[in-house]
Amino acid sequence: MSETVIVLFRDEPGLAGAAQRVGGTVRAIRIGDYQPEECLNALVNACRGARVILLSNDAYSQELAPRLAHRLGGSCVGDGVDITPDLRVTRQVYGGKAQAVIALKRTPAVVWLRARSFPPAVIPSEARDLEVGAARHPSAQVPRDARDDGRVRIVERTAASQEARLEDARIIVSGGRGIGGPEGFKTELEPLAQLLGAQMAASRAACDAGWVPPTWQVGQTGKKVSPDLYLAVAITGASQHMAGISEAKQIAAINIDKDAPIFKHCRFGIVDDYRKVVPLLRQKLAELRK
Amino acid sequence: MNILVCMKQIPDPEIPARDFRLAEVGSMNRVADVFSENALETALQFGGTITVLAFGPPSAEDALRKALAMKANAAALVVDDGNADRDPLAIAQVLAAAARKLGPFDLILTGRESGDWGAGQTGGLLAEELGLPCVSFVDTIEAREGGVRLRRQTETGFEIVEASTPVVLTITNDEHNVPRIPKVRDVMAAHRQPLTTFTLAELGVDVTNRWYDVVELTIPTKETACEFLTVDELAQRLAEVARA
Repeated sequence: MSETVIVLFRDEPGLAGAAQRVGGTVRAIRIGDYQPEECLNALVNACRGARVILLSNDAYSQELAPRLAHRLGGSCVGDGVDITPDLRVTRQVYGGKAQAVIALKRTPAVVWLRARSFPPAVIPSEARDLEVGAARHPSAQVPRDARDDGRVRIVERTAASQEARLEDARIIVSGGRGIGGPEGFKTELEPLAQLLGAQMAASRAACDAGWVPPTWQVGQTGKKVSPDLYLAVAITGASQHMAGISEAKQIAAINIDKDAPIFKHCRFGIVDDYRKVVPLLRQKLAELRK
Repeated sequence: MNILVCMKQIPDPEIPARDFRLAEVGSMNRVADVFSENALETALQFGGTITVLAFGPPSAEDALRKALAMKANAAALVVDDGNADRDPLAIAQVLAAAARKLGPFDLILTGRESGDWGAGQTGGLLAEELGLPCVSFVDTIEAREGGVRLRRQTETGFEIVEASTPVVLTITNDEHNVPRIPKVRDVMAAHRQPLTTFTLAELGVDVTNRWYDVVELTIPTKETACEFLTVDELAQRLAEVARA
């Protein structure tokens, strides 16, 4: 029976869902304290024999995946939104303008997937923590790699890493260049997001302008998100931005320009100045909550 | 320090979606990939002797000339023989072979991913091919005793990583590494600078795809009809999703 390993930096029921789609027995490995070379070395040992290794779309998974595949003599593809039992992975290319189906040629197939692209499933209860020291034990299946010697160390993690992940958000309220400055995000969009239990995001233009933190950026050069609802406020919808939200279940927009490309991708929306719409919207939402 | 920056030339990502045809990808205007340029900018700010390296069609020379105009010190091109769909392993093996000929290097930089295929694997695979450690999503490099101190981005914040050299880094964008615009004078001068070229045969690398094959490439038609709503209707719809 072939084996599918899911590598978890946090609970990720979508990965268990993807593993079901691929088939085979499912084994889960949890990773706590992450150090790149050390974890890679330990994972090479822990994943030996697997046909498929699935990871999520966090920074650590993306960093590990190609190297893990290389060391195990497998192959790798990332940012998958679908994977079939015969190891064909669907992903976007050319900044979301095209879509490719990629056939992996060697096993193990190491694939990192876009968060929330698969229906959640139960993570196997016997999920094991990665034993980092095991790779250094004389009985390890493969000799310890010389790079796992502490020459590369993460020495500091910023407090900002306490924030919830945008990739896991069910609802996202996102602002663009048309917001006009940091105040609009603070006084208009944040209270709206609170009412909806949503997380905040932004286009590249708003992040580059320094109005909001770079961790908010959605798009080809930012995060790829798959919320149930993405509300784009004062975002025109350039293809680079759309590349980050192609897997959103629903897109809604508020934009002053009726010809803005965002309306071609929207399920519903309003053509008007967000400064007029958002206060009214908040008022109505507050009433509905009563 | 000796620094190698791997550059990639890609079809212009600014081409609007409505004008994008898969059959025309080969003849589209090509530009230097922005993450490659972020990598070069990060290297320039850090300082050292910088060599830029590209693997691609002869036109990739333009991206290298621009890099020289931005004040890279030397440039090398591995001329591809026409296949545009190299898989990441093949690309990394070619770059590794060229790096061995041009090196040794203390730092080897690539972009985080490219704007065309965006596989995001070149840096990691290059590290494996060269037997080096790798740190991804770096946006700032500082010198420290015996190596470098790096700031890198995670999905929720930043991390500081200390690494000894040699090491492979993949570079992401932030407000500090926006690529500089070269001076006109330097653009002119860049055209007179030497460029090392290698053929695949000279490097002796077999570039058969072994990692994966692209079996389908399509332009998805996903236009939806937008339903225009009143504020009250929009509030209702949003509240429904929020309650679900």
